Amino acid sequence: MTTLLIADHNNETLADSTLKAVSAASQMGGDLHILVAGAGAASVADEAAKIEGVAKVLLAEASPLQKQLAEPMADLVVSLAGDYTTIASAASTSGKNFMPRIAALLDCSQISEILSVEDENTFTRPIYAGNAIATVRTSEAKKVITIRTTAFAAAALGGSANVEAVPVPDDSGLSSFLSEELTKSDRPELTSAKIVISGGRGMQSGDNFPMLEKIADRLGAAVGASRAAVDAGFVPNDYQVGQTGKVVAPDLYIAVGISGAIQHWAGMKDSKVIVAINKDEEAPIFQVADYGLVADLFTAIPELDEELQKAGL
Amino acid sequence: MKILVPVKRVVDYNVKVRVKPDESGVDLANVKMSMNPFCEIAIEEAIRLREGGTASEIIVVSVGEQAAQETIRTGLAMGADRGILVKSDAALEPLGIAKILKAVIEAEQVDLVILGKQAIDGDNNQTGQMLAALLGWSQGTFASDLKIAGEKIDVTREIDGGLQTISLKMPAIITTDLRLNEPRYASLPNIMKAKKKPIDIKELSEYGVDASPRLEILKVAEPASREAGVVVESVAELVDKLKNEAGVF
Ligand SMILES: Cc1cc2nc3c(=O)[nH]c(=O)nc-3n(C[C@H](O)[C@H](O)[C@H](O)COP(=O)(O)OP(=O)(O)OC[C@H]3O[C@@H](n4cnc5c(N)ncnc54)[C@H](O)[C@@H]3O)c2cc1C
Ligand SMILES: Nc1ncnc2c1ncn2[C@@H]1O[C@H](COP(=O)(O)O)[C@@H](O)[C@H]1O
Repeated sequence: MTTLLIADHNNETLADSTLKAVSAASQMGGDLHILVAGAGAASVADEAAKIEGVAKVLLAEASPLQKQLAEPMADLVVSLAGDYTTIASAASTSGKNFMPRIAALLDCSQISEILSVEDENTFTRPIYAGNAIATVRTSEAKKVITIRTTAFAAAALGGSANVEAVPVPDDSGLSSFLSEELTKSDRPELTSAKIVISGGRGMQSGDNFPMLEKIADRLGAAVGASRAAVDAGFVPNDYQVGQTGKVVAPDLYIAVGISGAIQHWAGMKDSKVIVAINKDEEAPIFQVADYGLVADLFTAIPELDEELQKAGL
Repeated sequence: MKILVPVKRVVDYNVKVRVKPDESGVDLANVKMSMNPFCEIAIEEAIRLREGGTASEIIVVSVGEQAAQETIRTGLAMGADRGILVKSDAALEPLGIAKILKAVIEAEQVDLVILGKQAIDGDNNQTGQMLAALLGWSQGTFASDLKIAGEKIDVTREIDGGLQTISLKMPAIITTDLRLNEPRYASLPNIMKAKKKPIDIKELSEYGVDASPRLEILKVAEPASREAGVVVESVAELVDKLKNEAGVF
C-alpha cells in the first residue's frame, strides 16, 4: 500500500501546500512517495526529500512538464500509477486541473478537497459551499484524492529520502504553454499567511487597496478580495477568496467592505478569528464575525493603521 | 462548428442549504433550483461564438431527472439551438456523467465542449477534465478568455498565481471561470421562442454506459458552527481586543 503525492512547485521551490498535503497523505497509511514533475526541478526534489515521512522522491523532467499542463501530467502519472493504491495532490488550481484527468484515465472516481482522513477508505469533504460536510467511503482499488490543505498542519522537515529519476512518456502535443501573467508580491502567499486582510466592493476602486496593503505590511499579512472586487477589476483574479476561489484559514481574517455572501464565507469560515468592518450593521458578515465594527471603512482603515502603530505593530 | 454545453440543475446559489436531521443529506424540499451559474457562463460563451460566426449550432445537454428539462429550456431561452435530456433519477458521479457525455458527443460529432468549472452543489470540479481524458482531447480549464484560430484555441486560465495562456489543439474541452463573460438574461420573446425549440429525451440505458456510483456517502453533517461574536464600538477597542483577548498579535 503506497501513496503517490504530486508536488506543487514552480521548478525552484516547493509550495507550502505540499507540506500540508504530506500530512494528509501520511494519514492514509502505507508508504509515501512524492512526484516532482517539472523541468530543471532537481532542487525541488531535494527539498521534498527532506520532508519527514517521505520514503522516496520521483523526479520527472521534460519541457512539456515545466508548467504542469494537464495532458502531459496525466500521461506521466498514469505511466507510474501501477504501483500505487492512492494518488493525491493538493487542491491547487494545478491539482484541480490534472487530477480528474488522471482519475478518468485510470477509470477511477475522484474524491475532491478532503478535509480529513477517517480511515484508509473514508474521507470527509465539503459540499454546498461548505454548508454541509459529507463523509465519503470508496471501495475502489485505486483512490484519486485532492486535499484541502488548509485543513492540515504542515509536515515537519528532517527526512532524507532518495531521489530517483523516472522516464517521461512522449508528449501528445495536445496543448502547449504560451504565456503567463503572475501577480508579483513580497507579501506572504494568501493560502498560507497567518493574517489575511480582504477588501470587497465597498473598497470602491483598486486605487484604494493600498490602504489595505499598508496594514498588511504592518502585520505581515496577505491581501485578498471578494469576487465582486475581482469582477470590478480592483485586484487580480488570484486575490479571490471563496467557494470558487481560494480557501484560507489564517489566525486572523479581516473582511473590509465585504457583505459576507455564502460563497465568500465558504472560503474563510475556518479562520481562527474573523473581523468585519462594514458600514451596514445588517450585513450578514456580522453574523459570522468574532469582532464586528460598524463603520465607514474610509475612516476606520486609516484609524486602524494608527492604532496598530500605537500598539507597536 | 458544433458546440455542446452540458448543464446541471442545482440548488440556486442564493439558498443556504440545511442538513437533514438524520444526516442522510441536505434538505431539498421546496428549495429553489436553477442552472448552475458556471453553466450559464458556458452557454453565454457558446452563444457569443455563434454570434461571432465561429459556431453554427449549440446543443445543451443535461443528465438528470425530468425536471432538468427546465434547465435545458433556460439554456434554449438564452439562445442555444436544441436540447438533449438524458434521463436518470440516480445520483451520478462526475465519472459517470463524463462517460454519458462522451457517448452523446460521439453521437453528435461536436468540435468543442464548454462546461462549467464546478457545480455549486457537489463542488467536485471534475467532469470537464474527466471528459477530456475519456475522449483523449485537450483541456482548457478555469477559462477567462478564449480565442479560436483555425484548428487551435488559445485559452487564458485563472490559476493560483494569476493568469496562464495555453494553446489547445481542437477538438477541445473548455471549463468556464467567473470572468469569462457575464451571462445574458433570457428576454420574454426568447423564452416564448424557446418553447418551440426541440428537446430530445433519452433514457440513460440507450447509451449503454455503466455510470454506477463508486462512492458511498455515509453521512452528511452540519459544519462546525461559530460562536456569535461581539460588536466593538471603536477601532481602538478592536485593536485592544485582538491583542489582549484574541491574542492574534
Ligand atoms: C457561482 C458563484 C461563485 C461565487 N464565488 C465567489 C467566491 O469564490 N468568492 C466571493 O467572494 N464571492 C463569490 N461569489 C459572489 C458572491 O455571491 C457575492 O456576490 C460577493 O461575495 C459579494 O462581494 P462583496 O461582499 O464585496 O460585495 P457586496 O455584496 O456588494 O457587499 C459590499 C459591502 O460593502 C459594504 N460597504 C460599502 N461601502 C462601504 C464603506 N464605505 N465602508 C464600509 N463598508 C462599506 C456594504 O455595506 C456591503 O455590505 C460567487 C457567486 C456565484 C454566483
Ligand atoms: N448531471 C449533469 N448533466 C450535465 N452536465 C453536468 C452534470 N453534472 C455536471 N455537469 C457539467 O460539469 C460541470 C462541472 O461539474 P462538477 O464536475 O460536478 O463540479 C458542470 O458545470 C456542468 O457543465
